Amino acid sequence: MKKEKEDKKDFQEGIELFEEKIDGKHHLLVNMGPSHPSMHGIIKIILELDGELVINSEVEIGYLHRAFEKTCENRFWNGVIPYTDRLNYCSPIINNVGYVLAVEKLFGLEIPDRCKYIRVIMSELARIADHLTCIGAAAMELGAFTVFLYAMKAREYLYELLEDVTGARVTNAYTRIGGLKADLPNGFTTKTLNALDKVKEVIKETHALLTGNRIFIDRMKGVGIVSPEDAIAWGFTGPCLRSTGVDYDVRKAFPYLVYNEMNFEIPVGENGDNFDRYLVRMEEMIQSIRIIEQAFEKIPSSLPTTEGLEYEPAKIIEMAKKGLVPEDKDTLKLLLPNTLEGIDAEKIRDICSSDKSAVLEPKEEVYTNIEALMQHFKLIMNKHGIRPPEGEVYFPVEAANGELGFYLVSKGEDKPYRIHVRPPCFAILSALPVMIKGLMVADVIPTFGSINMIGGELDR
Amino acid sequence: MAVESALIKFVKEKFPNFVISTHSFRNDDTIVIRKEGLKQVMTFLKTDKNTLFNMLVDITAVDNLGSEPRFEVIYHILSLTLKLRLRIKVPVEEMEAEVDSITSIWPGANWFEREVFDMFGIIFKNHPDLKRILMYDEFEGHPLRKDFPLKKQFPRIQMREVKTKY
Amino acid sequence: MSGEAGFLTTKLDEMLGWARKYSIFSYPFVTACCGMEYMSVSCAHYDIDRFGAGWPRFSPRQSDLLLVVGTVNHKIAPVLRKVWEQMAEPKWVISFGVCATSGGFYDNYATVQGIDRIIPVDVYIGGCPPRPEMVLEGLMLLQKKIASQKQELF
Repeated sequence: MKKEKEDKKDFQEGIELFEEKIDGKHHLLVNMGPSHPSMHGIIKIILELDGELVINSEVEIGYLHRAFEKTCENRFWNGVIPYTDRLNYCSPIINNVGYVLAVEKLFGLEIPDRCKYIRVIMSELARIADHLTCIGAAAMELGAFTVFLYAMKAREYLYELLEDVTGARVTNAYTRIGGLKADLPNGFTTKTLNALDKVKEVIKETHALLTGNRIFIDRMKGVGIVSPEDAIAWGFTGPCLRSTGVDYDVRKAFPYLVYNEMNFEIPVGENGDNFDRYLVRMEEMIQSIRIIEQAFEKIPSSLPTTEGLEYEPAKIIEMAKKGLVPEDKDTLKLLLPNTLEGIDAEKIRDICSSDKSAVLEPKEEVYTNIEALMQHFKLIMNKHGIRPPEGEVYFPVEAANGELGFYLVSKGEDKPYRIHVRPPCFAILSALPVMIKGLMVADVIPTFGSINMIGGELDR
Repeated sequence: MAVESALIKFVKEKFPNFVISTHSFRNDDTIVIRKEGLKQVMTFLKTDKNTLFNMLVDITAVDNLGSEPRFEVIYHILSLTLKLRLRIKVPVEEMEAEVDSITSIWPGANWFEREVFDMFGIIFKNHPDLKRILMYDEFEGHPLRKDFPLKKQFPRIQMREVKTKY
Repeated sequence: MSGEAGFLTTKLDEMLGWARKYSIFSYPFVTACCGMEYMSVSCAHYDIDRFGAGWPRFSPRQSDLLLVVGTVNHKIAPVLRKVWEQMAEPKWVISFGVCATSGGFYDNYATVQGIDRIIPVDVYIGGCPPRPEMVLEGLMLLQKKIASQKQELF
């Protein structure tokens, strides 16, 4: 009985805490999140409500802070790459590419053309996957579950492609400093073009399901409006900035890799509302497909592999112990396990820089040549490793959400002194209170969905 | 010593008192300025028609433990119209870790400054709402300082006992 | 109940276990990257619905399986425990991915080194993130566990 009384008192106090008296009116404070059904990602929005209207709001983040920056300061330069996967986990390869481009800028490394094209192709595949996830999830939160299922179906085709090349579905860790993990597998071009045809179908279906859908339009159009001036002042980039009519795209403004050779357009919106952000994302997928198709036409083909007898590494070592040398020493090839497919010596030359201070020797050389073996150990052993020159660089790439920048400080050691990521959705989300001010509670969901907040890169 | 870029020369001539040093490592124009002049320089760079740096891209800091001054606050700014990038660095002493907030110039600086405060303990004067952003209130210390141990944890709730070895 | 269980109670247990293992209502506590694979598992290609665990319940009160998908750090730890406390018995927990299982490669100041330090866990699924096949295997393990355990009625 006594406990019940106390409970009641607590409840009363809680109510009084919740209701603040402002201007003679009762305002209600509502916690949205951190674990809220209609929010992908964990974030808390504290809404101050007058009835259904949002008077004020505050966003609390940090629920996925996993100390990316501190951890990476304790890793080797190449060891950081798997961590970058988990920043924007919808499009990991763009993060990989951004990081290695920053390190290569620090080194002043030049990479082969084929590597650049492969990086472009893989980035664009990841961008399509990201936009599909964003649109699917945002539509699901508005009740359009079909679109979500369709988008995931299309994403699955892309994941299969990524898996073919990198060996992983989501966290790819595909790039290396000065090159790539491996070359594209055989028959990748036709497979990709087939998959992209299917993706195009899904985009068409999504248009049919959403773009003319009255319910969808009513909830998206005119909601969450940002003016171009505000967007620039808050540091918006990517689809959120372009939806306001500003045609800033890092791929065009500061071209990296081979984007300056590609023919593509930057879709821009007019009103800067949720619907425009959705349309911009839809159009960007089409443009990404265009880029991939052009890249496949322009990509320099890898040199034809030479014919020769194949030996297992163990057999060569055995022969060497007996003092024997294989007869066809010059055309000798190693029989590598399946996991190392695509990294034969000939292919490595096409996809990796020739700088010996940053790139590992091909495995054939390592197994058969003492200098290469020493070089290999020099790069991967503790207290040796890759050592970029002292200095600091900032390198921006266009990620799916906007400008993803890596700021690196090197003190000439085997570990980075400081790594900082400029996450695109951090700046965008900080303007969420401005975007939802004066809207209804229900409008928070589509606005939040169209921002495409990714916990991994927001909280790092 | 590389040739100074036109942008650095321009800023240097405008603010000879505030600019400490400059460099352009890998073509990243960098200007180190005194913290007293931060707001003035930033306002100028944003509004002057020769620079027009209308977007604040990023704010972060670096802890150079063992050297003086210990901290550097780093601003990356971008001009969308002129397609220019610039890095502004402000050295900050450990004993007097305070910088002027630039939220009045770019509202987007709000969260970036809170993050630097959270991670490094650098205070931004006249910031509208300076509190922790990524960490929680029970957390003691500033994790990205170099003297903060990597694995020091401050649990918010009683952790259960688990077998650590199997 | 003391001593040996009677014929009727054993059969009842079996029947309840059979019913319970095919009507799992899950609450996805999605925090991080593993959410991408959770989406894949729940959609058409891998179709978790085949195992009777398809429809996610977004209220802890109506669910009996807590799927902790992704990294849990100290800031979210109290929330996770609260969600678990709000679930009604009988309840089970699957730790989805290596971060939830042991902290994974995030061994640092922010991350909880395994959610078993916060709540008891029934099935651990490794992988960063686990492939959908692994998730389905973990779910099947849990179903075995549900079917073979003693069924509490009240």
